[in-house]
Amino acid sequence: MSWLLNLILVLIVTAVVAWVFRFFGQKFTHNKPFFRDMPFVVAFGYVAGLLVLIAAVSYYFRPLEVNGVPSAGVIFFRWAVQGFIGFAIAAYLFRLFGRAVGTAGTRKLFRAMPLTAAFGVLVILLYALVSIFAGSIAPYGQEEIFTNANIVPGGNPIMGGDPNFPLGTDQIGRDIYSRLIYGAQNTVGIAFATTCLAFFVGGSLGFLVAIVGGWLDQILSRAVDVLMAIPALIFALLLMTIASVWSNQLGIDRTIFMILIIAMIDSTRVYRLARAVGQSIVVMDYIEAAKLRGEGMGYLIFKEILPNAMAPLLAEFGLRFCFVFLTIASLSFLGVGIQPPLADWGTMVKDLSQFINFAAFAPNVATAPLLAAGAIALLTVAVNFVVDWMLHKSSGLKD
Amino acid sequence: MTQPLLKIRGLKIDGKSDEVWKPIVNEIDLDLKKGEVLGLIGESGAGKSTVGLAAMGFTRDGCRISGGAVDFDGVDLVTASAAVKRNMLGKRIAYVAQSAAASFNPAHRLIDQHTEAPTQHKLRTKAESELDGMELYRRLRLPDPDHIGFRYPHQVSGGQLQRAMTAMAMSCRPDLIIFDEPTTALDVTTQIEVLAAIRDIVEQFDTAAIYITHDLAVVAQMADRIKVLLRGDEVEEAETRAMLSAPREDYTKSLWAVRSFQRPAKLAISTGVIPIVSLKNVSGAYGKSPVLFDVAFDIHVGRTVAVVGESGSGKSTTARCITGLLPPSQGYIEFNGEALPLDYRKRSKDQLRQVQMIYQMADTALNPRSSIGDIIGRPVQFYSGLTGSAKRKRVEELLAQIELEPGQYIDRLPSELSGGQKQRIGIARALAAEPQFIICDEVTSALDQLVAEGILKLLAQLQDDLCLSYMFITHDLATVRAISDDVVVMKDGRVVEQGPKAEMFQPPHHPYTDLLLSSVPEMDPDWLTNLLNGRGVDNIGDAAVGKM
Repeated sequence: MSWLLNLILVLIVTAVVAWVFRFFGQKFTHNKPFFRDMPFVVAFGYVAGLLVLIAAVSYYFRPLEVNGVPSAGVIFFRWAVQGFIGFAIAAYLFRLFGRAVGTAGTRKLFRAMPLTAAFGVLVILLYALVSIFAGSIAPYGQEEIFTNANIVPGGNPIMGGDPNFPLGTDQIGRDIYSRLIYGAQNTVGIAFATTCLAFFVGGSLGFLVAIVGGWLDQILSRAVDVLMAIPALIFALLLMTIASVWSNQLGIDRTIFMILIIAMIDSTRVYRLARAVGQSIVVMDYIEAAKLRGEGMGYLIFKEILPNAMAPLLAEFGLRFCFVFLTIASLSFLGVGIQPPLADWGTMVKDLSQFINFAAFAPNVATAPLLAAGAIALLTVAVNFVVDWMLHKSSGLKD
Repeated sequence: MTQPLLKIRGLKIDGKSDEVWKPIVNEIDLDLKKGEVLGLIGESGAGKSTVGLAAMGFTRDGCRISGGAVDFDGVDLVTASAAVKRNMLGKRIAYVAQSAAASFNPAHRLIDQHTEAPTQHKLRTKAESELDGMELYRRLRLPDPDHIGFRYPHQVSGGQLQRAMTAMAMSCRPDLIIFDEPTTALDVTTQIEVLAAIRDIVEQFDTAAIYITHDLAVVAQMADRIKVLLRGDEVEEAETRAMLSAPREDYTKSLWAVRSFQRPAKLAISTGVIPIVSLKNVSGAYGKSPVLFDVAFDIHVGRTVAVVGESGSGKSTTARCITGLLPPSQGYIEFNGEALPLDYRKRSKDQLRQVQMIYQMADTALNPRSSIGDIIGRPVQFYSGLTGSAKRKRVEELLAQIELEPGQYIDRLPSELSGGQKQRIGIARALAAEPQFIICDEVTSALDQLVAEGILKLLAQLQDDLCLSYMFITHDLATVRAISDDVVVMKDGRVVEQGPKAEMFQPPHHPYTDLLLSSVPEMDPDWLTNLLNGRGVDNIGDAAVGKM
């Protein structure tokens, strides 16, 4: 029960400090509106936030080792904080760079860019570069097997590492660093192709039914409803199982089937969005004017509707890309996605997952599966930051 | 002299645009005594609503009060704390918004929203407030005052909703009410009821009011004093009668003179000429509900036919039948003596070219992602096949025709233009097709009066130059007077009366035409009083009941 008493004590102290904070704030600033109109809960929030900050800083500076046993919590926390600050600085520098270099248009873009978006753009650029030049960046091939399996990441021989393999090797002796780089090419490239396909199919069908309406709308929309009613991952698993048989019979790469299947499932979501956005644009007078002029369907979709639907579609593209990416990783994790020996982040997490159990006493060993997982998480966060920024821009909100 | 109820001194308000604070209201002073009504007038963007809201110590998002004081009964609302303001607003100062339909919560009944303020401020219990609400509804001459409050907002008409909102503002018997364009969205015939109701109730309770509007004739009926604003600056302020009879400033004079534009009437049509457009007993329906019944009239070459009526009278539906968007269920349309296919999809490119449309809301009529050059250039290319520099030259010609500097505007987006300029682009797009006949659907009703006058003059000029024929849909009789040659009056989907303009404005009228004509506010401050005396006040109440 002592923790409960402690908690109550902390809450009481916080409340008292908050009251004092507000009281003296009002006194010393002669009732500035900031302090005068501050509700008590807000003052409480300020003080509680300060306490959390102090606790975090003190935790950060606790020793890394106690009696020779590494304290994993502190180590991971330091990595997280260092990564956070490091990326923030990198994003800041990147934004400074963007403001100084480039055309007037891009410089204006960078001036109005929040730090989170700069971070997102930076990470996406890095991923793009890595996946394009994977062959020349990676020190080894993705299928190359070395004699030493399970080398610990970190490159420190005392800890069981090897400077030749800075991020270690996996359970059959392949270089994790090289496989991470090739994984970017495979996973990100396939996800990008899949998302584009899903948008092309879903978007054009959605706009088409928004204009035409009637029975075509009914048929397509109900078909989409049926497809959406089936849980996506299970449906994909089912179809992949069927496709694996076909791919053997027809001699077509199973990856092609995966792209088609995921694109088909995700295009239903895009269709719904495109239809809804399209319907609100189709009722505009400028569409009526174009119809009365005698314009064809292609002009209406691509010249009149698409430019006005760009903002929500781009935002959806970012999110959809993350979902597709995660679906591919999940399928690979379950063993039906990208097939070995091709490197893929989902498979890498799966293959090395048992090392997570070592986290408490050997943080370096547990890092092996976390690297691929971190690569997925980083890209997902980055894309979402960029999407948030685009949404904010397109919604026309100021502040 | 008694202390004024509201005293605004040196009020300055900034608005944020492109991350920079720019002043939108400069140094406005304003005094209001108890029971007095002040009219605030000006074009859109003059800062009327901003000043009105600031009188409650409130600004919209993206605005801030950067200087001055708003003294309400001894309390400075600019520096007052949130708690003081909360106790003041709703109870002593109330606000009536332009669109009652958008301001009522559609999920609650009128009376529940009405009783909220008095119970919140602990003036009355809920039961007492309900009784009081019925009393107010009665005084505002709402039909069936004991039960109308138990309806939801969508179950009553627009004019009734606006009166219910006035009743709601009255629920705490405030000292000051701010009316922000309460009748702008209403038809002329409905507007009268609301104006009379507001004026009476303000007098009965001796409430002070700030009445914001852009319609001079309306403010002349309502206000004791008028203050004219222009781009955030005060132009002048005077007693209503003094200002109406002798405006001092040039700007005020120009506002007064707007309604005087009138083009000379054309000669009567000689018989036997084939009309350019002829509606032959057209009936139309949306789905199964019929909206047009046997509409028949002619539009002759080089003339303007004004189609007038309240909202819902079938004016726009008639236009949709002519363009072919809504194929008539009966009857047909002749163009130059030949029957047009009913559905626009079956019409030839040339037939489509001949009939063009200009829309009411230029905002939705122009693709916000296309440049002006593309918007006008597309029909040029589509119909005449011009491309490249020939097309650009034609677009520049068209821009010059609508009196916009071609080099300056051709690469802009619609959002970079003012309302009047956007409407001119709409005209240019119609002209680009080189049509013989243009349908103008309420083209001036979303514009300020000075700007609207410019558009009307432009349309008249183009008609003379290009021998165009117009069908001019409007509910504003001043516009009809200004531009039309012939008039068609519609009500409930039927043509009530039609004829040349000169005849239409001379008695005897059809009773409905008479009602429409007499409902148009005039600049005479006694107009409303005289009109109500003439009609008999009870008649208005009955008319409202009859409409239910």
